[in-house]
Parts: sequence; structure tokens; C-alpha cells
Amino acid sequence: MTLWFILGIMTAAALVAVIWPLARARELQSPASDLAVYRDQLEEVERDRADGRIDHDEFEAARVEVSRRLLGAAAAATVEAAPRSGRRIAALASAVVAVPLIAGSLYLVLGSPDLPGEPIASRGTGEGQPNSVAALIARIEAHLEAEPSDGRGWEVIAPVYMRLERYDDAVKARRNALNLLGATAQREVDLGEALAMAAGGVVTADSKAAFDHAAALDAENPKAMFYLGLAALQDGSAGEAARIWHNLIAKAPPNAPWLPVVREQLARIENPSAPPPPGPGPEDVAAVSQMPPEARNQFIRGMVERLASRLHEDGSDVEGWLRLLRAYMVMGERDKAKTAASEARGALAREPEKLKLLDEGIRDLHVAD
Amino acid sequence: MIAEVGHYALVLALALALIQSVVPLIGARARDGALMAVATPTALAQFAFVALSFVMLVSCYVGSDFSVRNVFENLHSAMPLIYKFTSTWGNHEGSMLLWVLILSLFGALVAVFAANIPDTLKATVLAVQAWIAATFYLFILTTSNPFLRLDPAPFEGRDLNPILQDLGLAIHPPLLYLGYVGFSISFSFAVAALIEGRIDAAWARRVRPWLLVAWMCLTAGISMGSYWAYYELGWGGWWFWDPVENASLMPWLVGTALLHSAVVMEKREALKIWNLLLAILTFSLSLIGTFLVRSGVLTSVHAFASDPLRGVFILAILVLFIGGGLGLFAWRAPLLRQGGLFAPVSREGALVLNNLFLTTACATVFVGTLYPLALEALTGEKISVGAPFFNTTFGPVFACLLVALPFGPLLSWKRGDLAGVAQRLAGAFLVALIGLAASFVLEGKPLLAPLGVGLALFVITGAVTDICERIGLLRTPLATVLRRAAGLPRSAWGTAFAHLGLGITLLGIVGETQWGAERIVSVKPGDKVAVRNYDVTFDRTFNRTGPNYTELAAAFTVRRHGEIVGVMEPSKRNFAARQMTTTESALMARGVSQLYLSLGEVNADGSVGIRLYYKPLVLLIWLGGVVMVLGGGLSLSDRRLRVGAPKPARAKAAVMVPAE
Repeated sequence: MTLWFILGIMTAAALVAVIWPLARARELQSPASDLAVYRDQLEEVERDRADGRIDHDEFEAARVEVSRRLLGAAAAATVEAAPRSGRRIAALASAVVAVPLIAGSLYLVLGSPDLPGEPIASRGTGEGQPNSVAALIARIEAHLEAEPSDGRGWEVIAPVYMRLERYDDAVKARRNALNLLGATAQREVDLGEALAMAAGGVVTADSKAAFDHAAALDAENPKAMFYLGLAALQDGSAGEAARIWHNLIAKAPPNAPWLPVVREQLARIENPSAPPPPGPGPEDVAAVSQMPPEARNQFIRGMVERLASRLHEDGSDVEGWLRLLRAYMVMGERDKAKTAASEARGALAREPEKLKLLDEGIRDLHVAD
Repeated sequence: MIAEVGHYALVLALALALIQSVVPLIGARARDGALMAVATPTALAQFAFVALSFVMLVSCYVGSDFSVRNVFENLHSAMPLIYKFTSTWGNHEGSMLLWVLILSLFGALVAVFAANIPDTLKATVLAVQAWIAATFYLFILTTSNPFLRLDPAPFEGRDLNPILQDLGLAIHPPLLYLGYVGFSISFSFAVAALIEGRIDAAWARRVRPWLLVAWMCLTAGISMGSYWAYYELGWGGWWFWDPVENASLMPWLVGTALLHSAVVMEKREALKIWNLLLAILTFSLSLIGTFLVRSGVLTSVHAFASDPLRGVFILAILVLFIGGGLGLFAWRAPLLRQGGLFAPVSREGALVLNNLFLTTACATVFVGTLYPLALEALTGEKISVGAPFFNTTFGPVFACLLVALPFGPLLSWKRGDLAGVAQRLAGAFLVALIGLAASFVLEGKPLLAPLGVGLALFVITGAVTDICERIGLLRTPLATVLRRAAGLPRSAWGTAFAHLGLGITLLGIVGETQWGAERIVSVKPGDKVAVRNYDVTFDRTFNRTGPNYTELAAAFTVRRHGEIVGVMEPSKRNFAARQMTTTESALMARGVSQLYLSLGEVNADGSVGIRLYYKPLVLLIWLGGVVMVLGGGLSLSDRRLRVGAPKPARAKAAVMVPAE
């Protein structure tokens, strides 16, 4: 409301600038200043003559020339026709209508009057605030600079870098963590993922090597398998990719949250003409990863809400329920997860097989603790 | 809310500009005082609203409001405050807002300070000014709007290009824009003269202060930009003939020509049509310069794919104002009455010669800059027109201009005496010859260098001779000399200083390009590199942390003939948010010469690649620019440019004239 009030005052101020001169009766001024210019030139010529910079003939010639201009200007300086008030009223009326109309309609199209400003100081995450992300990162970075052999520290900061899209730093951090704390399948996978993100989503040779190491350490690691499949696909061997992913699905626990994604990718390879399945496709995921973090959170929240409302209508999809529970847990919303879990139990009460899967999932996700 | 107020203020400015571009013009045609009077308050209000809009954008930047898309794209919350401030115009949208801010500022200044201008002329000028303003507001609002919002607001911004995180950015674009936009006033005056069908000596005098302001700002802007490139880019070059630089040089060349021909117009009422053409061309080139600099006619050739609307709009603006201006010129100029006549050898003749040289020089730059662009746009073929082309075309033309330059101010109006002037310049010839011979003996090859020194000294002494002649130094008693010096119009001092500055710049250019020395080597700690009389020892490298970057600096000890004269610390800065590295060169001034050191590759074995330059007289290049601006300032302060700043007695007398 305050905004509209301010904008109104601004409009009024703009109108005053138009109305004020029109409302005052004002006569035309004669162009006296032309004369002043030529008088000044005459003075200059006389000064030059006095200083001996020009001789008498030159002085006379210049004086005649300037005087001629002076007379011409004087002749032109006659007062002109009387004003007509009808024209003024027309101008006044059209201005009073035009200014608010133009300004208002343009602003309504272009502006966002209902969005509040969000200067960083008002958001509790700004610089100078002790717990702002920037301050936390700075603290960890300073610590790591002093003590670069702290592998845990590198492991803590790596996901933050990933979230801030500072992939090169993430690669460095994950590589350090790997070297300092020793290789595990999980660390190799993390490194491979950072490398792939740093390369704009392409599984590069470096990145593939990391996933290979991970697979050597843990042949069942699903993320490594998934990325190796993706690498094969990027290398043009769809058959190899399909083999890896089939293998992955075969070994997967039935409630694995990533199963739909792999199935979807597989379906695309095996049936390229199939319509993209509902839900976010790879393009959407890529788009999400390009989003600024706040926008991404918003996007994800929106997806979760859509999923929740779909399950509310039709609760027979056990995989959907598990995805929803997992999303809530990841977002740190345990209460919603608990509510959703009991709702899911109710919806699946008459299908013991699905109920069993659900209960296993709830246990794995530690919803209850 | 801040952003919304700024947004609305800009929209209101557009509405006011539309009123201002129509109502006063109708008033001027109908000779209705009230309608014409609308121009002044609307011009002032327009400025107030654009200023409000700009302040609002700045406070969004300073407050790191990432709900504004433009802020999100160009700011990082960890940036030092000063760069948060300058980031406002470090991007296309913000810089366009700065552009219209300056445009409306000039409009307001005309409205306030041009009290002596006849009402019809003033109303028409302000209306034309409003056409330009309205077009640009519309351009900004529809294709480059800095006030668009993001919802939800992102949590951190993308940071400003590190190369632009420099104090140079705080000053350089505003100065350039002051120059570009300042020429819009002479454009508006020219268009108004064409519409009114009347142009006279008084017109030229009224345009001159605006021209001078624009010219001074542009000179300072180009000079600053060149110095900025010199220390920031790390290659030790101060002029690269790249399109962005050429874009600012072209309006400068034509604007300089206009400044000179306007003098002829003012004194002799000659060259009327030529003046109008130059005024239109200068602003046209300024427009091209504006778009080459940021959004780029250049980059917009490529940007057409990504943002076709903006590209089309830019083309439309160029066609509208350049085509419209020239069209109006073709239609109305033949109706103007011819002015005074003059002999070829005269002050007027010299100024015409100056104009020919300057416009020819500008044409060579224009061809060299735009031909590759046109070729690429039409055929896709990429060619690069570099320094050799410009040096062989622009160089000789400008050299001829400089040879003729000292003669101009000494020639008298209407009919001049070339032999007499040559005689008076004998001293300058002599100094130039001595300088030429001395530098040939002392420095020898390349032959171009002594010639350049001779030419520079000729221009410098020529400027001094001009003043000496005017005040009668050595010919008349000292008291007379002092009286004359005090009585000499400031514009005469201004002319001398501007010419002096040009000579100084030339001296710097000759020194830097012909006698500079460079060493590009890889050094290990303890290694010594010698250049001219200096040797530089590499001591160590160390890390430093800045507010939003970390840098690897290297310390070097500089000795002259074995004696320590100082320490140089060039560095490489790494900006995390954009993953970019910049090179910070170290500069050490020795008199007007400089040592220049920048870091190249840093190797794992502790050795670093360095580029070490000795740049004799290099500071003169920019010092000359400063002197030129000073000359402009002196000229501007000339009493005669302020005629009609209300002087009641005279004004009353003047009004009486028609009654007699």
C-alpha cells in the first residue's frame, strides 16, 4: 500500500511539472541575447584595435560586418502573435491524461509492485552476520589454509562448493579429502561427480576414471554404475549403457529412490521415440542444476508438493510414497515425513506386499527416530 | 520497494519526455509562450526522476538486493563497498541508465543555464533532446531493464567481471558518457537550427560551451581509458586500435573538428552548413560509440541470436537519429543563407584545413573499425584490421595536421600572411630542429623517432609562440606584456594549452613507441634482469588475501646503477566467484618514464615468467591529455561564453532596440 502511495505522489509531482507552466500566462520573450552576442563581438574588435592587434582598415571592416549582424538580429527580434488559450487547455488536458496513462500502464506491464525488496541485510544471511553462508565458508577456508591436511574439513566444504556451483573448488576439496582420508567408493564417486559437473555435466576421462575406481572398490555402488552407464552413452555405445543399467536395476533394492530415473534413461535408449515420462526429465534436471540455489529450492519444493497432492488423491503408488518420504527427510522436515508415513500406511493397508516395502523404506530412512 | 520506486521513476521520465518532445515544439511553431515554457520544468523533472531511478538502483546494489535480476547478475555480496557502487554501471543495463542520467542532466542544464537563448530555439532544442531521451528510456525499459525482479530472490550473486573491479571503472565510463552525451546538445541545436531554418553567429556561440564540456569529458575519458588499459590489462600497451577504443576516438576527432569550425561560424558566420553536418555526424558517431562500448554494434552482431530484440532496437535507434538527422540536413540545409567569405590563406582557411584533416583521419578509423564488422556480418569472413593499417593511414594524416597546426592560431581572419607567420614561427622551427638533431645523436635509430620529437617540439613551441606573440613578449615593455596577458581572452589561453597538450602527448607517444625496451623472461628467485639502466632482482613469491580474491604476489627489488630505488610487487589475482584470474602489474614512475612489470606463467619449480618494460616518457601521453582538458576548461571559463547570463542593464538596452 505504501508503494502505491509513493507512486501516486511521484505521478502528482510529474503532473505539476506539466501543469504549472501551462497554467501561468506567459508572454514570448524577445531574443535579446542575439544582440548581446554581437555587442560583445563589437567590444572585442574595439579591444583588439586598442591593443594594436588589428589595423584601422581591418577594424573598420570587422566593425561593419558585426554591425550588419546586429541590425539583422534587431530586425528579427519582434514580438510575435498572441497566444490562444484553447490550445493551452488542449495541451493541459492531454498531458494530464497522458502522463498517468503512459506511466501507469507501462509500469503495470513491466513492474512487480507486489514483490518486496530483499536487501541482504534483511535476510539474515548477509555479510557481517556471523552465520551467513559467506562467513561460514570464509571461516572454513581460513581454517583449511592454515591446516590443509584436515581431510574432514575438505569433506565438509565440498558439498557447499557444489551447491554454490563452484565446481572447480569442489573438485579440489574432494580430491584433497580422497588423498588425505583414503579412497572409498563414496569419495571416488563424489570426486567423479564434481569433475563431471565442472565439465558442464559431461563425464570426462578424469571423471570416468574416478567412477572406475569406485566400481573397483564396490562393484555394486549404484551411483558409480549410473555414471559409468552415462559415460558409455556419451561415448556413443548405447548398448553398453543399457547393459550397465539393466545390471544396476537387477541388483537394486526394490525401493531404491533412484530406480525411476534409471528406468527412464533406459527407456529412452531402448525406445527413443517413446514420449518422455511425466515428471522431470534430464533437461529439467539440468535446468534445475543451472538455477540459483534459492530458485532451485523453490522448484524442488514445488515438485514435492505436487507429488504429495497426487498421492493424496491416489495412494496406491508405493514408490511415490517412498520418494516423498525421502524428499521430506532430505529437506529436514521430519514431521511432515511422519505424517506422510502414517497416511501412506492407511492408503496401502489393504495391500500387504506394498505395505511391507513401505515399512522397509520407512526403517531405512529412519523416519521414526 | 526500492527497486519498484526506481522502476516507476524511469517510466514517469519516459512519460514526461514524450510530453516534452511534442508540446514545446507545437509551442515554438505557434509561438505560444506557455506551451514552450513546458520544456523547462519537464526537463528538470525528467532529470529528477532519472536521478531518483539511478539512486534507487545504486542502493539496490549497495544493499545487495538479489531480488533484482541485474544485481544478481553483476554483484557478489563479499565485494568491497566501492565496487558494489561502481558495479551499478559495470554492466549493459546499468550503464544505459547512467547514459540517460547524463542525457537528462544535460537537458536540465540547458533548461537552467540557457536563459539567454531565444524561447523558440530553446523550446525546439529541448524537444529534440526529449526525442533522444524518450527513445532511450523506451530502449531501456523494453530491452535492457535493470529493474526486473527475481522471485524468489537468489541467495548469492554472480559477481562482477574481475577486470572491471577497478577504480578505473568508477571514472572511465561516466567520463566517456559525459562526452558522448554532451554531443547530443550540439546535435539538438543543429536539428533545431534546421527546423527553425535559421543559424547565425549567436547560434555558434551558444553551442560552444556545451561542445567544450563534451569535448573535455571525452578527452579525459579517452585518456583515462587508455591509462586503465595500460595498467590493468598487463600488456603495457596504452592503445590497441580495438573497436571499443576507436569508437571513442571517432567522435573525438569529428567533435574536435566541430569545435574548430564553430569558431569560424561564431567569428565570421561562415561554414554554416558544414557546422550542422559536423554536429550531426559527431553525435551519430557518439551513438555508435555508445553501442560499440557496451552492448556493442560489434557484439550485437553476435548477440542478435541471443537477444534479437535488443539488436533490432539498437539498429532502429541508429537509423532513426543518424538517418533522420542527415535526412533533415539534406532537406533543410540548402535553405540556409550563406555566410562570410574568406581567402584560402587565412585563419578560416587554416581551420577548414584542420577540419579536412580531422574528418579524413576519422574516416580512416571508421573504415578500419567497421569494415571488418560489415564483412563479417555479410559474408561471415573474419578479418582483423590492426595497428599496421591505422599506423599507415591515420598516422600520416595526423602528422600533416600537426605540421599545419602551429600556423593556424597565428594567421589573421579573412586574409592571412603565410610568409609572415612562417617568420614568426622561426623560433619554433629552430627548437624543433635542435630537438631532432639532439635525439638523433643521443638515441639514433629508428629514424622516425627524431622526426617525431621534432614535430612534437614544433607543436609545443608553436603554442608557446602564439601566446608570446599575442602578449608581445620581448617586443614591448614588461608592464604592457602583463597587462596584455591579463587582458588576453581565456579562450586564447585555452587554444594554446590544448595545442600544447597535443604536443606533449605526441612526445610521450614517440618516446614510448620508439625507445621503449622490453624483456620477456622466466626467472628464479635471486635472478637479475636488466633493462636500460635498471636491473630488477626477483626475491620471492608470497600469498595475500583480498576481500573477494586471493593473490599470488612476487617481490622484485629494483636497482639503478646498483643502487636500490624501490620494490615492485606484481601479482595474479584469483576471484573465486567467477573462477577468473587477473594480472595486476606493478608500475614504478621514474620522472615521466616508467618501469612496468607484470607476471606471466608461475611454474611449479618456483620460477615465474615476467614481462619487464622500460617506457621512456610514457606518462607524457596522459599528462598531455590533462593539459588538453585544462585548455578546454580555460576556454570554457572565457567571459564571452557567458554572455546573457542575466545582465539587467544590457538586457534592458537590448530590448529597447526594436522599439526605436
